[in-house]
Amino acid sequence: MKKILSAVFALFAAALLVTAPGSAQEKVLILATTTSTQDTGLLDVLVPAFEKQSGLMVKTIAVGSGQAMTMGQKGEADVLLVHSPDAEKKFMDEGFGTTRRIVMHNDFVIVGPAADPAKIKGMNSAAEALKAIPAGGGTFISRGDNSGTHSKEKALWKAAGVAAEGQKWYQQTGLGMGQTLNVASEKGFYTLADRGTYLAMKKTLALEILVEGEKSLLNVYHVIEVSQAKWPKVNAAGAKSFADFMVTAETQKTIGGFGVEKFGSPLFVPDAGKPE
Amino acid sequence: MDLIWQGIREAFGLIFGFDAEVWRISLLSLRISGSATLISLVLGVSAGTALALTRFPGRRILVSLVNTGMGLPPVVVGLFVTIFLWRNGPLGVLGLLYTPAAMIIAQSVIATPIVTGISLAAIQQLPPKLRLQILALGATRWQMVRLLLREARLPLLAAVMAGFGGVISEVGASIMVGGNVKGLTRVLTTATVMETGRGNFDIAIALSVILLLLTFAVNYLLTRIQQRERPR
Repeated sequence: MKKILSAVFALFAAALLVTAPGSAQEKVLILATTTSTQDTGLLDVLVPAFEKQSGLMVKTIAVGSGQAMTMGQKGEADVLLVHSPDAEKKFMDEGFGTTRRIVMHNDFVIVGPAADPAKIKGMNSAAEALKAIPAGGGTFISRGDNSGTHSKEKALWKAAGVAAEGQKWYQQTGLGMGQTLNVASEKGFYTLADRGTYLAMKKTLALEILVEGEKSLLNVYHVIEVSQAKWPKVNAAGAKSFADFMVTAETQKTIGGFGVEKFGSPLFVPDAGKPE
Repeated sequence: MDLIWQGIREAFGLIFGFDAEVWRISLLSLRISGSATLISLVLGVSAGTALALTRFPGRRILVSLVNTGMGLPPVVVGLFVTIFLWRNGPLGVLGLLYTPAAMIIAQSVIATPIVTGISLAAIQQLPPKLRLQILALGATRWQMVRLLLREARLPLLAAVMAGFGGVISEVGASIMVGGNVKGLTRVLTTATVMETGRGNFDIAIALSVILLLLTFAVNYLLTRIQQRERPR
């Protein structure tokens, strides 16, 4: 028994020592952001550059905008990169954030199967297109996760005057953008997606852009510094340097060029300093 | 089908091409789940043995709780551990959320009931007269426990394998308490979820293949220890 036990212990002790535990308490910044910034790969480019420049270690927690803002409200994140303008304004009004700056935008698109049973292709009103989906026998699948995309979708349904929730032709995944696109592609459903994630995943999807270009489909990203007033543990200095970094000319240029090489067109349009 | 072959080819490319990121992720998976298994082994075997050898009021309820705990859903563990470790939460001063240590804690919570339950059954299935015989030969209580553990080594090693298998394959708690932070808490399962979400199915399949190979390698080692000739 002793031999066996010592062998097992040796095995796991070796596993323990393979890499030394990371010293967690060096300068850490928690960035709560949306799935779209991670799923497109944009943060894989920006975060290492920021870490190198600032000496901070960034912990990127990619969740929906809704959850990201809840983390901010609870003081569990230092800085937010989100795209849910109405919820953001509320967040600022309630005093959870100190500054909120525009970073970039892309747009939402309504995607669906090429066969397009509801015949919405080329419609120039998103609300009209949404109305046509159930009428034409299509099924719409929603993120259903309080993300920025989900908020936008709810606003569009409202504009269309359709109570989608609970309808037979309206389903929800409760998952991120990438996974929701996978489900829509597999089942031949319609969904609302940000153009960045759609383009990044296009090669594996059987989905086409059917409606695009309308003003109501604009998707704007802001960087918000979480206020230290309510939660003293918030790393306000780190948050400020990250927010500053996001709007520098150099970062903005990187954002504008991101995706050109891989997808043929940029995934985001830099917006820093522009009016809302 | 092509996708799977492509993924498998890619997996071997990543392993033998010594892709730094993939190796780091794999070793981190092994380190975190190995540590959690080790902790659950110490706690679980002690608790299981104690439960098997003692009789007290409420024991049946406790055993039922342990057996329920063997099926503890990782996301539930993840949620509670997260709430406890929030920097403004009860254990926030430790600053453990989104670190490997947090993942080890969560995985230990998942694995300990598994190891406890199997240890309990392993000790209890030994012939009851064996204890009497050992004690009659003049052994002390601790010597008896050691002999019993030795008698039960086959199922005890099965307990280790079940515990390790339970945590290395687990994703719900790891993604919540670890946050899938690149270079720090990204392990094979959370990376697979992320790559699937990004539509990089080939990389996701490659990571899955690596996870399976890793699990197989660990279990093969443990099985060799388990199945070798009885030590004299």
